[in-house]
Amino acid sequence: MAANQPDTGYRTALGRVRGLGSAKAGAEHWLSYRLLSAAYVPLTIWFVVSAIRLIGADHPTFTAWLAQPVNAVLMLVTVGVTFHHAAYGMIEVYEDYIHAKGPRLLAVAATKGACLLLALACGFAILKIALGA
Amino acid sequence: MTDTPAAARQRPLSPHLQVYRLPLPPLTSITHRITGIGLTVGTLLWAWWIIAAAAGPDAFEAAQGFIGSWFGMILMFGWTWALWYHLLNGMRHLMWDAGRGLDLGTTYRTGYLVIGGSIGLTVITWIAVFAAM
Repeated sequence: MAANQPDTGYRTALGRVRGLGSAKAGAEHWLSYRLLSAAYVPLTIWFVVSAIRLIGADHPTFTAWLAQPVNAVLMLVTVGVTFHHAAYGMIEVYEDYIHAKGPRLLAVAATKGACLLLALACGFAILKIALGA
Repeated sequence: MTDTPAAARQRPLSPHLQVYRLPLPPLTSITHRITGIGLTVGTLLWAWWIIAAAAGPDAFEAAQGFIGSWFGMILMFGWTWALWYHLLNGMRHLMWDAGRGLDLGTTYRTGYLVIGGSIGLTVITWIAVFAAM
């Protein structure tokens, strides 16, 4: 059974049999965005509590905090989820309000590119501090 | 038949945004989008703060100095409320996506809960901020 079973991702067997939902990667995109959003809730609370504790921190205090493995990993995850969430959230807004195909494509591409660049820059900065380079 | 030109006839108008008082569900919906866009803009300052920490003490002091300025504090206050609003209303959307709480009574109750909760969490956050300063 498993050998010739098509890869259905997150779609339920019933939905597939009935031919409901997206023909492409829509179901997976929809659900993964929501699962990431749910994971974002505890990450946000952790970040806000951390940020309050870091108020007025000088550079050595802040880098020492970020160099701790737990904080470095959680910050990396928070950066990744934040820019993913921001990019796809903005794209949903563009898809609703920008009707001309060219400008919409440009806005989507620019947002994806900017978010990827910012996420990589932040990730590199965190690693640089955490690894003490 | 009396023939009046189409334009001269007093046709009933559909609700127009400038004269139409938005009910709570669309009001919380558009606020979710606006706070999401605002928070996306806020990621630029967030990225500056992280990258500045990796760049060195002077760059970090400059970023901290901007955040601690009166203009920075006003922005941070706005982003605090936007973050709590978007987080709480996001959980409301996740509940709806799970197929729960879609009836009118629950929608209004959770809507008021999100507005009240976001204001309450903002006040609590800033009490903690001033206590930590």
